[in-house]
Amino acid sequence: MTTKGPTVLGVEGLSVSYGAIRALADVSLTAETGMITAVLGANGAGKTTLLRTISGLVKPSSGSIRFDDTTLTGLPVESIARHGVAHVPEGRGVIEELTVEENLRLGALQLAGRRQRRVALDDVHGVFPFLQDRRHTHAAMLSGGERQMLAIGRALVSRPRLLLLDEPSLGLAPIVTAQLMALLQRLTESSELTVVLVEQNARSALSVAQRAVVINLGRVVVADTAAAISADDDLRHHYLGF
Amino acid sequence: MSLFLNVTLNGVANGMIFAAVALALVFIYRATRIINFAQGAMGMLTTFIAFSLLDKGLGYWEAFVAALAIGFVLGVVVERVLIRPLHGKPEINPVIVTIGLLVVLEGLAGSIWGNSSRGFPPAFSQTGLRIGSTRLDFSHLDLFIVGAVVAVMLLTLVLFRGTNLGLRMRASAFAPEIARLLGVRVGRILTLGWGIAALAGSLAALLVAPTTSFGPYFMDLNLVFGFTAAVIGGLESPVGALVGGLITGLSISYVGGYLGSSLQPLGALALLMVALMIRPQGIFARPQARRV
Amino acid sequence: MARHLLMAGGGALGFYLLTSALSPYDDFQIGEIALFAVALAGLSVLTGGNGQISLGHGALMAVGAYTIALEMTHTHINFVVELLVSIATATAVGVVVGIPATRLKGPYLAGMTLILAVGLPLLADKYSGTFGGDQGLTTTPPTAPGSVNPEEWLAWIEIIGALVTLVLLANLMKSRFGRAFRAVRDDEISAALAGVNVARTKVLAFGVSATCAGLAGAFLAVSTGVVNTGEFPLSLSIGILAGMVLGGAGSLMGVWWGAIVLVYLPQWSTSLSNAFNLGSGVAAYLATMIYGVVLIVVMLLAPSGVQGGLRRAGLQLQTTLQRWRPE
Repeated sequence: MTTKGPTVLGVEGLSVSYGAIRALADVSLTAETGMITAVLGANGAGKTTLLRTISGLVKPSSGSIRFDDTTLTGLPVESIARHGVAHVPEGRGVIEELTVEENLRLGALQLAGRRQRRVALDDVHGVFPFLQDRRHTHAAMLSGGERQMLAIGRALVSRPRLLLLDEPSLGLAPIVTAQLMALLQRLTESSELTVVLVEQNARSALSVAQRAVVINLGRVVVADTAAAISADDDLRHHYLGF
Repeated sequence: MSLFLNVTLNGVANGMIFAAVALALVFIYRATRIINFAQGAMGMLTTFIAFSLLDKGLGYWEAFVAALAIGFVLGVVVERVLIRPLHGKPEINPVIVTIGLLVVLEGLAGSIWGNSSRGFPPAFSQTGLRIGSTRLDFSHLDLFIVGAVVAVMLLTLVLFRGTNLGLRMRASAFAPEIARLLGVRVGRILTLGWGIAALAGSLAALLVAPTTSFGPYFMDLNLVFGFTAAVIGGLESPVGALVGGLITGLSISYVGGYLGSSLQPLGALALLMVALMIRPQGIFARPQARRV
Repeated sequence: MARHLLMAGGGALGFYLLTSALSPYDDFQIGEIALFAVALAGLSVLTGGNGQISLGHGALMAVGAYTIALEMTHTHINFVVELLVSIATATAVGVVVGIPATRLKGPYLAGMTLILAVGLPLLADKYSGTFGGDQGLTTTPPTAPGSVNPEEWLAWIEIIGALVTLVLLANLMKSRFGRAFRAVRDDEISAALAGVNVARTKVLAFGVSATCAGLAGAFLAVSTGVVNTGEFPLSLSIGILAGMVLGGAGSLMGVWWGAIVLVYLPQWSTSLSNAFNLGSGVAAYLATMIYGVVLIVVMLLAPSGVQGGLRRAGLQLQTTLQRWRPE
């Protein structure tokens, strides 16, 4: 497996507590350009907390997060987003009261200049044609799969360098999940995008990821190539449920 | 019959004032879920400042615009200093702060300007318009009031629906966390929202000041009626503020005209209670619950 | 229950000694503190205990005050009966207001009660024949037995009233009703799922707080001797809110702090404005401005009020002492 490009995301010694509850303990991982890194583990293991800490919604009690040359820890959420980090939270995160087009435009606002925004929107329309057809529909009217496409499209419109996806396959039909994973693969291969993919559906995640990190009870159990983890039967049975 | 006509016209003019106050309340409520009870008092303060400026010889429209600008700044300052620190705490805390602010501002105005019996000069003639041989209880000033508020309403709609800033404001109001993840500086947007709301509140106060006895408490009843208008309209939509304002204005006017002016606040209370029993979310409510 | 009675007993003794030692005017003020403590306790239960905010308790006090004044003007019944009738009337108004209020959350409720505070006293203006208009109605205080000072006697009645109210409220908050109040305050949906009748609980809380306000209003009417709309401006309702917030919402012990401030603030602010030569114009507004400042400052710095601050300090002290305890 050839390694692509320099390390983009570096998480080191991250610990997060909600009051007395330790959500993450001393978590470290790296994610590289052009790769999909899967974060796996059971419910409540701390995967969502990890993403929320990277995007700045949650403040860690110790540890650091670096993205290329910038230290992200301590920055406000909107600054981190403007550094090219796009977080698609669990449950889609589309703004229901806005139309499809308005959701997308919101994502494009980070880009300076109308022409840039127009181009970015056109690109996303190319990837998800239905978003163009349903431009003026309120996001509340979309199905689960369509919302997922909208959320990802909106994240892509801002031309991120780091894409954080939290359980994108939740509630989606298997076919749609497969299409989604294929899309992620295409995107990372063709651009400078780094993807961190949190998934409970470990099997589908491992099918597209190059690297994987398994988290249990807030700690990193193992970090290795996806192939190695898929091959480890004990590990799979114990932590990943298949 | 002419009583009915006059009372109706009065109701429309007053309704516009209530709509302006309601608009200010809606603005802030949409963005932050806070009802700014000091809205009327903030407007009152800027009106008193305009009054002083007029005294110092400034032209009417210059003082008017200056007061609006000061109102905007006041809104920004209040949000940064008093409201922002309470972010994340129980939602009722900032509301209590605005109640405290209401009282402080009224006391401040009373202390500085005293109980002067002078009135606020009107921008336009207050004599009733003539239609044929009848003189209506609706003056040029009232016409200006209606025009000004409708203009503000339209500007607000254009701002919200047609501009990128408006999109950011709506996103910040509906889903602040997601907006932040998309790079929107939600904090600044909130501050701006308070500034604009204070502007609307100042406008309402400046419009109403010439028509009433001019003292520190002159906006109290307008706050009460504006609040009623906002709740009836749904607290989420500028159009709702306008419609709510008209309904409240007309109702209050009929109560005042036929039952006596001291019953007007209770009339508003009754109207509010009826509206809450029939349609608690207001006329123009959003169908979905707000995302956290 | 026993603890509450003990504390009440101690309080009663303390007050007795105080009133015996002080002048009639001081007795009058102590009585005022007691009656405001009653009003604050009612609001504290409503807001701190049940989560409903009210800006209209001044109006509810007015109901109690006007009722007893009307009784005294038109009838000649026993003082206790008159008191009970005023309390009942205020409670009834509270329940009537409380019913639509169940549909409202925080700020909406505040707004509705604000309208009540502004609008109800205007009723007295409208029907000035019955309510005595600007002059208002007069009241006669209950006759003191034998050689006891009338001010002292009234102060004792008010103090007893306050202590009884506090004991009853403390027991209420410990009972299943109190648990229901708090459950609704914390999470209406969970409370409903647990079988609590949310609407009825909220109305009950409103009614209880109205009872307290009514009693306080009746006491106020009797101790000042006159009842008119000037006694119940919006600033009274806001002052009561400020007093409750200062003492700590939900704290029955804290009401005394708020009551002291409410009673002595007009004097303090007059002295303050004199000290700084601020002129009589300012003095008139200074007291209400201070209410506002109290609300703002407490909310920003110490939302749980004085009592909460003391409780936190007490807990700190406890943990410090525990660390020093030899193992």
